[in-house]
Amino acid sequence: MAEAVRYRRERIDRGIKARSDTIYTLASYRDMLYLLLPRILPVAMLLCLPLLLGGSYWGKVIFYACIFALLALSWDFMASVGLVSLGQALFFGIGSYVAGGLNFYLKWPMFLTIPAATLGGALICTILLVPVVRLRGVYFSMVTLILPLLFAHLIETLEILGGTYGLLSLTPFPNHWLAVYIAILAVMLVLFGFRKLINEDFGLVLRGIRDDDRVVMAGGINIYWYKAQAIFIASAVGCFAGALMTHYYQFVGRSAFALDYTILPLAGAVVGGPGSFAGATLGTFILVPLSEALRALGGLRMALYGIILIGALAVLPEGIFHYIERKYHQVERDIGI
Amino acid sequence: MPDEIILKVEQLTKRFGGVTAVDQISFQLRKGEFLGVIGPNGSGKTTLINLISGFVKPTSGKIAYRDKDITGKAPYTIACLGISRSFQMVRTFHKLPAFKNLIVPLYSPRVKKFGGGKYGERDDIAIDLLDDLGFERDSAVPYKMAGSLPHGYLKRLDLARCMALRPDLLILDELFSGMAMSEVAATLPVIEKFNREGLTIVMAEHRLKELFRVANRVIVLNFGQKIADGTPKEAMNREEVQKAYLGTEVEG
Ligand SMILES: Nc1ncnc2c1ncn2[C@@H]1O[C@H](COP(=O)(O)OP(=O)(O)OP(=O)(O)O)[C@@H](O)[C@H]1O
Ligand SMILES: [Mg+2]
Repeated sequence: MAEAVRYRRERIDRGIKARSDTIYTLASYRDMLYLLLPRILPVAMLLCLPLLLGGSYWGKVIFYACIFALLALSWDFMASVGLVSLGQALFFGIGSYVAGGLNFYLKWPMFLTIPAATLGGALICTILLVPVVRLRGVYFSMVTLILPLLFAHLIETLEILGGTYGLLSLTPFPNHWLAVYIAILAVMLVLFGFRKLINEDFGLVLRGIRDDDRVVMAGGINIYWYKAQAIFIASAVGCFAGALMTHYYQFVGRSAFALDYTILPLAGAVVGGPGSFAGATLGTFILVPLSEALRALGGLRMALYGIILIGALAVLPEGIFHYIERKYHQVERDIGI
Repeated sequence: MPDEIILKVEQLTKRFGGVTAVDQISFQLRKGEFLGVIGPNGSGKTTLINLISGFVKPTSGKIAYRDKDITGKAPYTIACLGISRSFQMVRTFHKLPAFKNLIVPLYSPRVKKFGGGKYGERDDIAIDLLDDLGFERDSAVPYKMAGSLPHGYLKRLDLARCMALRPDLLILDELFSGMAMSEVAATLPVIEKFNREGLTIVMAEHRLKELFRVANRVIVLNFGQKIADGTPKEAMNREEVQKAYLGTEVEG
């Protein structure tokens, strides 16, 4: 009788991770490559994609993916302070309308409307949300959900800012390339910026507020002031995305406050894996093209989209990014027993 | 001024629905004093600490800190004035390395005001503070995730967090509960040293023997009321106190 050979699958963490969190002793080019590859590869891919796809339909999809990635990053940043937002559409809409309004009524050029919408819009959003920053959990989420709907209704019933027709013929980008590369650079800047910020002392305080706000208060820190700062930062990113989209479409209407701009970034962040920013970016870069590809299915689109979402969450509840990250840092091998 | 009044509590009352957790309590605390707060379970010690540190708003009464009315002020405002409190139930940031837990108080306006503490230096200050409390700097302990540390370490981490704020008044809520005997023995002299260096300390404690070694005055609570106030010996000899503790286990 042949003896059955049994194997056990063993997982070990790669050595370099164990050495230190902050200082790497780079022993070889392999170690260096091991660290840089996961950072450089996605950046290079993102920079090359528009060149490959050009101004085609899928070239435009990259732009949309960047816009949604910015909103997902904005959501993830708020979540890292413990603020669960259901209102990325608020940031997007306010940014859109500030840029659109300044361009339409005051004829401001694009290089002024976008920064003005980013900072001014963020200020408006922060002022709107600061009064409810003391609300906990779902109550805060509810307010963020309602505010964009409220604005859409106000614009419609009061017939301000173009009413139901919206503001038309706004200044376009000189060409598709400029728009798409501004969007890509913004995503990378925000992604790496947030990842750095959250590990600095300021970011530590923000994460502390999420984990246990009483300890943070006992440490002499005004949690509401820090939450307000986090909202300002997150809404600046969302407003920037809105302003960019406004000039790309050359139009702004009530649809800027639509639920899509809340749901899709949220889904992207959750599927990709919240808390890492990279996960939120990855998630939207998967979901946005997917949702475009499903467009051909018409009515079934949302149903199938929903099934894919649930499937992703059921299979990888930690999020795609966290799964990939874990696997990347592990080596697996079979050993006989 | 050795006799400066640092804390003045007047007719402080807190009702939770039908329960009067703190009932008309008044006392004064002089700078440099070491005050023990004792009483059976549910007698209102934690509530009193929550009231002073601003985590709970009083139903009535007044709290003054260094002649400044702090009644109903926000916890972070009170902390920045120099009142630092620990938590009876350990509260730490589990997902952060132990020493990073101290970054939060070190980042506060109060500590920034003292100068120093720029980025990078904070980590060093945190390691120093933890070293004093038995987290040896050359070991891996200060760098371990807080969530992976034993309970006794977490209690001392909480104490270090309080000290990071450079308090003038330190309020400890059952610091010794859940600590091993050896840890208590090692922590007591550190607290005593803080007191000798001029820090005013209030300590709610169930472990009376250890408390009486360091506290020169105790107040005894029962059903939210202050039933005794004096040296440990005076207080424990009072009939009300003995009756309150009757049937409950007294350690020591
Ligand atoms: N947030 C709250 N809501 C309702 N009742 C409360 C609350 N906090 C405390 N109490 C009640 O107030 C009373 C005093 O509680 P407190 O925690 O201050 O006692 P304690 O002396 O700290 O007790 P222990 O020694 O067990 O820590 C108890 O009867 C408790 O049930
Ligand atoms: Mg208590």
